[in-house]
Amino acid sequence: MSSPAPTYDLGKLHGGLRLDAHKSASTGLPVQSLPLPAQLILPIDQHAGQPAQPLVGVGERVLRGQLLAESPGTLGAPVHASSSGKVVAIEPWPVVSRHGDPAPCIVIECDGDDRAVESPEDPVPYTELPADAVLHAILQGGIVGLGGAVYPTAQKLMQAAACKLEYLILNGAECEPYISCDDMLMRERADSVVSGAQILLHALQLDCGYIVVESDKPEAIRQLASAMTDAADERLVLKQVPTIYPSGGEDQLVQLVTDREVPSGGLPTDVGCLVQNVGTAAAIHDWLQNGEPLISRITTITGDGIANPMNVRARIGTPVAELAKFAGGYTDSARHLVIGGPMTGKSITTDRVPVVKATNCILVLSDLRAPGPELPCIRCGECAAVCPVQLQPQQLFWYACADDERKLRSHGLIDCIECGCCDLVCPSHIPLTYDFRMAKARIRELEDEKARAERARRRFEARSERLQREQHERETELARQKERARQAGPDAIAEIMKRKQRDEGD
Amino acid sequence: MDFERREAPYLAPTANVAGIMQQVLLALVPAAIAHVWFFGPGLIFNLVVAAAACIGGEALMMRLRGRPAASALADCSALVTAALLAFALPSLTPWWITATAALFAIIVAKHLYGGLGFNIFNPAMAGYVVALVAFPMHLNLWVAPRMGDIDYQFLTFLQTLQYTLTGNLPDMLTYDQVSRATPLDAMKAGLNDMRTTAEIRSLPVMGDFGGVGWEWIGNFIAVGGFWLMIRRIVRWHIPLGVGAGLLVPAGVMWLLSPGTEPSPGFHMFSGAALLCAFFIATDPVSAAASPKGRFIYGAGIGLLIYAIRTWGADVDGVAYAVLIMNMAVPAIDRITRPRIVGHGGNARSP
Repeated sequence: MSSPAPTYDLGKLHGGLRLDAHKSASTGLPVQSLPLPAQLILPIDQHAGQPAQPLVGVGERVLRGQLLAESPGTLGAPVHASSSGKVVAIEPWPVVSRHGDPAPCIVIECDGDDRAVESPEDPVPYTELPADAVLHAILQGGIVGLGGAVYPTAQKLMQAAACKLEYLILNGAECEPYISCDDMLMRERADSVVSGAQILLHALQLDCGYIVVESDKPEAIRQLASAMTDAADERLVLKQVPTIYPSGGEDQLVQLVTDREVPSGGLPTDVGCLVQNVGTAAAIHDWLQNGEPLISRITTITGDGIANPMNVRARIGTPVAELAKFAGGYTDSARHLVIGGPMTGKSITTDRVPVVKATNCILVLSDLRAPGPELPCIRCGECAAVCPVQLQPQQLFWYACADDERKLRSHGLIDCIECGCCDLVCPSHIPLTYDFRMAKARIRELEDEKARAERARRRFEARSERLQREQHERETELARQKERARQAGPDAIAEIMKRKQRDEGD
Repeated sequence: MDFERREAPYLAPTANVAGIMQQVLLALVPAAIAHVWFFGPGLIFNLVVAAAACIGGEALMMRLRGRPAASALADCSALVTAALLAFALPSLTPWWITATAALFAIIVAKHLYGGLGFNIFNPAMAGYVVALVAFPMHLNLWVAPRMGDIDYQFLTFLQTLQYTLTGNLPDMLTYDQVSRATPLDAMKAGLNDMRTTAEIRSLPVMGDFGGVGWEWIGNFIAVGGFWLMIRRIVRWHIPLGVGAGLLVPAGVMWLLSPGTEPSPGFHMFSGAALLCAFFIATDPVSAAASPKGRFIYGAGIGLLIYAIRTWGADVDGVAYAVLIMNMAVPAIDRITRPRIVGHGGNARSP
């Protein structure tokens, strides 16, 4: 039997930060079930990639788990109704992915019965299905990466299946402060995580899976170890990584666990690894073993702007305001609403946005970050010391100010993972992450522009070439006719002239 | 409810420039007290004059450049320049020399290059070198340290103030009575006179490692420096680089020829070597960027200090060593760029 004790043999991560965790505030209570809200707002696009198309119309009654929107082919991920009720609108609604700007959403008025669609028949045990059938089944469940990137899981798995893989890595690091939804999931449903890992190993035909947890989650590690003992699966290994932000970044986790660097511009699959969030693994288990598609998730609602921080299981589509109300409401100091963690989350202006598949944390903060004046860079180098990718942010900043695209590229701007470490330690309070995001956008714009110009140039060249060719053809044709006429002699010319006159006469 | 929008990250920054500069100043306090104890109150007058000139120069330049002066003054960087200058200059320095050095440091070396963060040269050292070139006689005049055993004339508070303001000694005193050769001067002169290091070390101005007084100031500078290293304001690369660059050649030469080469300890505890290692060379603006680059930068400074002291005309060499290495920074930065994760190394190509 495999030993479930966590192992520590680790690669090195450059830099990183030890941040105050602020997690215990939200881990005091078990995960609470949020009562059904009156309305559910389901954005049609909750994933990266191809947009989904709605399959229901306004006024239609829907059941829990019913398919509401689907992407064409195997790209994208379907959206399911999180509860039963009536579709009252398909309209733009503020969403997180657009920083609170509106995007098309299906609005369901819940009837409160929470009736589920009838599952066709008892699901076939996945172990009896071939690997690609399991992948296809995962696609049907609307499952996306729950760590935050919301890449459609089936798509990621299918791409990975085409690569030479060695390890499945389940990411339970959860390195950003305040967030504790994965921690609570691992504490309360470690067996589902382990089962999800087994399904993934089966689907990818792998025989080595690491479940990786940061060392500041002893209870989660205990529960996982116990669940792994029960599962008695030789393929699974529990790994503990140090509590250093951003150990949970996909590439950083790969580096920590396998001592392999994901090549610049590449994916973990390039070094034989596939990373999945522990929440995604549990969602896969729920779908394949219990027939429950991804219609709810655990979300941490916390921060000094929330009266009773906690973790709740909320239906996808529940407005953030409902969660805040459930958690005792906002405190007087609440100033900022952040969806995600305090390092990489998105600041949103309204709490009307719904919880989506990507919403791991709702963070309400008072004015924590004093907006001191931005001073010149003093080249102290702290940013470079903490950069997990070993960039030199101080140099990049210099080139970003000068808009020196070539230098920005050669100094690795594209490799910046926007973790925010440099920002936090900068004594001059320069918003480096923001500046780099902007510089990246400018480079992308420039690239687009270049591509457009290149296309226009090629079109122009093709056209001039065509014209030239036609001109040339006309000239040779003319010369040929002249030659022929000359050889044929005056009679022939007279004949031609006559014919021409006749033609014109018609 | 509606909320204010911000850009990530949302956590409070962990440091600020003014805080760093203030801690650097604080770290100099023990050495300043020792300095006043051994060399009299001159340092205080230097500090006042240099601070006034630096702040005035900073405010003037910010104004001329059309920027708010308040934010530049609030970062305390001008005060650090003033403090380093005050330490570098002899404790008996007429005010116009100090002011010249300070104004050159701030106006030319700092603001004409673009102000804080953009200066290529260490402002304090640039100012010091200008004073050294313009007023060589005054800058080689050091009062004798408080030694207790010989007939040296210790200047009172008022006498020091009078000298600072007028450049004249009190009537009955001569330069020879109040000043002594510094240990580095004594060593250089002695070696030129074909005396052995042992003979020179027996002079009354010499202490256990360096000169009397000097070595104690050095100890307190090291205390302040280590405190900054514990506080992570100064990383170890530059101090260790300076130490290695100075001590390794000094040690090798001393082992080969102890009679004609001063010991590594003497090098470290004489002149401004320790001040340079912990406070001058560690100015981040004019130093190299990467950790490896900083070690090389520091080692270069150490080596140059040794070379200038051993073969050069200047007795200490710290200021020249720093300025020369300032010029080398772009080249060092270029060759010591860290390898970005995912480029080469054990990263397999996609």
